Amino acid sequence: MKKIIRYIGVMAALCAALIVLTSCGAKPLSEQNVLTNSEKSNTITWGVKADTKLFGLMDIKDNRIKGFEVDIAKALTKQVLGSKGQAKFVQVTSQTRIPLLANGNIDGIIATMTITPEREKQVDFTNSYFDAGQALLVKKGSPIHNVKDLNQKGKTVLGVVGSNSVENIGKYAPKARLLQLSDYAQALTALKSGQGDALTTDNGILYGMAAENPGYVVVGGTFTEEPYGIAVNQGQTEFRQSLNTALAKIEKSGEYNRILKKWFGNVPGFNYEEAKR
Amino acid sequence: MINIFQNYGADLLLGLGNTLLCSVIALFFSLIIGSMFAIFETTPIKALRIIARIYIEVFRNIPLLVITMFFYVVIPLMVAKIDGFTAGTIGLTIYTSAFIAETVRSGINSVESGQMEGARANGMTFWQAMRYIILPQAFRYVIPPLGNQFINLVKNSSVLAFVAGFDLMYQGNVIASNSLQTINTYMAVGVLYLVITMPLSYYMRHLEKKLA
Repeated sequence: MKKIIRYIGVMAALCAALIVLTSCGAKPLSEQNVLTNSEKSNTITWGVKADTKLFGLMDIKDNRIKGFEVDIAKALTKQVLGSKGQAKFVQVTSQTRIPLLANGNIDGIIATMTITPEREKQVDFTNSYFDAGQALLVKKGSPIHNVKDLNQKGKTVLGVVGSNSVENIGKYAPKARLLQLSDYAQALTALKSGQGDALTTDNGILYGMAAENPGYVVVGGTFTEEPYGIAVNQGQTEFRQSLNTALAKIEKSGEYNRILKKWFGNVPGFNYEEAKR
Repeated sequence: MINIFQNYGADLLLGLGNTLLCSVIALFFSLIIGSMFAIFETTPIKALRIIARIYIEVFRNIPLLVITMFFYVVIPLMVAKIDGFTAGTIGLTIYTSAFIAETVRSGINSVESGQMEGARANGMTFWQAMRYIILPQAFRYVIPPLGNQFINLVKNSSVLAFVAGFDLMYQGNVIASNSLQTINTYMAVGVLYLVITMPLSYYMRHLEKKLA
């Protein structure tokens, strides 16, 4: 009996410690004005993906992250800070990007992040910089041709934790079993080893996978509209507005289209004419 | 943290259940397999000793994640279709059994050699002496390090999250990304791990006092 009481006591003390720790969260960095800070240091720090082909991928030859989003971020930095502005890149994943932004480690997230109402409660989004939509990647010759084929018992869909494509598949194919893996590379490995019937996420990422893996095809077209936006901390209105202005400028000047063509021009199935701005 | 329990209680409970199930299965089998290889290591039969050495050295020195990924990715292609939970549990069992084998072996070695000689002199076979004389004493010595292994096993079961095994960590990742309350979610997950490991560690301490 004595031991049980002592055990409960220890647990209670731990719980109390946790509650105290959670309640005293000061966040000075993320509340400072990002735009003024960036202008002072002449640097904007971007959170980008490093595992996503075409959008942001670590080039192991020179250890730099390259992709559509990286180029867009560089172009935006030049617009905001002038031609000498420096863009710094920090790797993020779907799980780490919001905490890193909230902590002030990064100024903005440009990492295949779809604008959703739930996320807008946590962060502020700029205008969309890429019109993505959810699609399916399957093995060539698979009986699955669209999302309806997945909506039956015994079918398994693979997704990535933290992406909203996994929430959507719950709406479009509620009967299918859903496995959430930690990143796209792992989800693709799981698809290859037969752990699931289809891999679902945004079309841009799936095109990247299909281009690399000849035995796999994107099927069914997009069944959702999920524009990607740049996320900044709430309250950073000036920074957000300057990014929107910069985005409008590079769209007008044709730089956006140039970057789009550079990365997606040769991807089979990608409709450049429809996507250009 | 309280609201995480309120909103996602069912998911967390499912994760807790799967973590517990995986831990119990892995604990049971890794204890059996580990003890078996520990005995193999101390037999006079050279072939068994070599087999045990290879098993222990290989699986003790490969990261758990690699073993688990092997069962998740390679085995379904070559042998049989197994899901993430099974792959994770098998990986955890094999990995932990190598450590338990070394722990139990040290226990067997620390039993005085006179015990074995005495048992053999009284007409017992090697296996009888092992079963009735050596192992009961050896296990008493190794209860504290075995407790460590068991607690490590529970914590290592979070490897299931990596292969979509629906364990506590997996549910934590999913909840964190859905609710966007990362800190609170992982704290809740940490508390639930404590709920498993603290009683285990208290129980091992109790056993230690009672037996050793």
